[in-house]
Amino acid sequence: MGFFLETLIGGLMAGMLYSLIALGFVLIYKASGVFNFAQGAMVLFAALAMARFAEWIPQWTGVQSPLLANLAAFVLAMLVMIVVAWSIEKLALSRLVNQEGVTLLMATLGITYFLDGLGQTLFGNDIYKIDVGMPKDPVIVAESLFQGGILVSKEDLYAALIAAALVILLALFFQKTATGRALRAVADDHQAAQSIGIPLSTIWIIVWSVAGFVALVAGIIWGSKLGVQFSLSLVALKALPVVILGGLTSVPGAIIGGLIIGVGEKLSEIYIGPMLGGGIEIWFAYVLALAFLLFRPQGLFGEKIIDRV
Amino acid sequence: MLYRENGQFKASYRADQQIFPIRQDRIALVALLLIAFVLVPLSAPEYLFRAILIPFLILSLAALGLNILVGYCGQISLGTGAFMAVGAYAAYNFQVRIEGMPLIASLLLGGACSTVVGVLFGIPSLRIKGLYLAVATLAAQFFVDWAALRLKFVTNNSDSGSVSVAGLQVFGMPLDTPAEKYLFCLVFVAVFALLAKNLVRSAIGREWMAMRDMDVAAAVIGIRPIYAKLTAFAVSAFIVGVAGALWGFIHLGAWEPAAFNIDRSFQLLFMVIIGGLGSIMGAFLGAGFIVLLPILLDQIPQWFGIPLSTATASHLTSMIFGALIVFFLIVEPHGLARLWSTAKEKLRLWPFPH
Repeated sequence: MGFFLETLIGGLMAGMLYSLIALGFVLIYKASGVFNFAQGAMVLFAALAMARFAEWIPQWTGVQSPLLANLAAFVLAMLVMIVVAWSIEKLALSRLVNQEGVTLLMATLGITYFLDGLGQTLFGNDIYKIDVGMPKDPVIVAESLFQGGILVSKEDLYAALIAAALVILLALFFQKTATGRALRAVADDHQAAQSIGIPLSTIWIIVWSVAGFVALVAGIIWGSKLGVQFSLSLVALKALPVVILGGLTSVPGAIIGGLIIGVGEKLSEIYIGPMLGGGIEIWFAYVLALAFLLFRPQGLFGEKIIDRV
Repeated sequence: MLYRENGQFKASYRADQQIFPIRQDRIALVALLLIAFVLVPLSAPEYLFRAILIPFLILSLAALGLNILVGYCGQISLGTGAFMAVGAYAAYNFQVRIEGMPLIASLLLGGACSTVVGVLFGIPSLRIKGLYLAVATLAAQFFVDWAALRLKFVTNNSDSGSVSVAGLQVFGMPLDTPAEKYLFCLVFVAVFALLAKNLVRSAIGREWMAMRDMDVAAAVIGIRPIYAKLTAFAVSAFIVGVAGALWGFIHLGAWEPAAFNIDRSFQLLFMVIIGGLGSIMGAFLGAGFIVLLPILLDQIPQWFGIPLSTATASHLTSMIFGALIVFFLIVEPHGLARLWSTAKEKLRLWPFPH
């Protein structure tokens, strides 16, 4: 029982991390109808920027405090992500308005290649560390209830808490601010939003910047967990089943989907994996999402797809 | 002035329904086939076969298969690499485990196995649509990647996980030189292109296109979605599977699961989109573009004598590749095939503007 709970908690926390990346997908899809395959590349790009700026700033300015260096690196990386968002909108997407979904998807794949190349040209292609002081040691809880207690990775716990905080922050931003309201209006109906004077291109830059911010946070968390390297951009592939399971248009869906996939993955790896030869995590998530989709084709919380002739 | 159909009258239904209604097109096609079948094998250097022609032919075949699914039936698939892998590994098993199996038979049987897997993963398309389906097809990709890596019987219990074929023969003749391999692929490509072209002009092809344009409307006028979508998945997976088997057997010779990973799927989808959705011609144009582009990009710094480290060069290539993809999508979202048909349209009126 203790082991089961341990796996369950591990899965929930891993799921939170998947949701963090899934969130980026959902934000952009909701506001602009673009399925942004480049989210993984943005995570890598942001993480590379963060890692390298944190390394360079002490050299440039002589600041010794790691906290200050990290903060400055965070701000700089965020500025870089805003520039990226602005360029993507101005150079690519604004010229692809009214194209089919698959064309836009391919365009973001092109952007993926571009960002992967650019990031590694600018910031180097070694393995870099991000050290924002995340604790590495695990803690053991509930020792009185189970023999041996439950092992919880503190790092994952913090990461999950940060992810949760970010989700709440985004929810507040979307619900309470004027910009957030404009974003929701655009998401509901582009034309109607435009007709009451909401500037679409500004909104899209904001959305891509917010997605860049989410990518930065995800990049920092994943980067401090796994190290910043090219394979970081592949975590996006793990977030895709989360997105379709939760529904492309739903922020809560991304969270719940992440939790389901996280738990399903870990439990399947432990309890089904050995029967099949291990390593089933990666496709199990997709098959799980597929199974859910067979019953709800629009994802758990996605808007109902209504076919009209 | 040379390219126009004035004076070419059709006197029978047969003549009216031929694939190339304009005489000049027929002459051009015959010339192209002659060059491809006779001139190129006699004159091309070995590097050209290995690095460009054989990959181009096989990938065009795969792109052709994918185009049937994506371009004609409108079902986006990101799992093409998986169907190629199924074709390659199935053909490998037929070849290795059955004594005296003819090469062509194992390639086609590989395609048949790929068909079965394709239909299996096509079943969700009846419920799931659009981008949800695209992501769902990744399930096929990752499942097959995993199976090729972990399931021992797929690789015939090879220790390293990589498999290889050697001593290929067709009707008793060995397939050794690049020119022979090239001709072998060319025959496959020509036959499948003809079959595919006729298929998309037939009743079933029109059903696919109706499904693509609006599936509900198609169902209302009596087209069975199950039949139309699953046949598209089946035909597409068959062609892609044969292409995968050719890729493994003829181009690579020895391969690992990574040969058919998700990048391959993306690459094929690029070919289809850049070449032109819903066009047989487009598959070839797209494959040519995507095969040649990285090779050219690699060569450019050498021409100018700019010393670049391999890592930087590969990043720059990746950047330029990505940028060009976006550029092409912006300039001509309907692909190279559309440019081609626009050019032909202009040529018919030339030298007059209209």
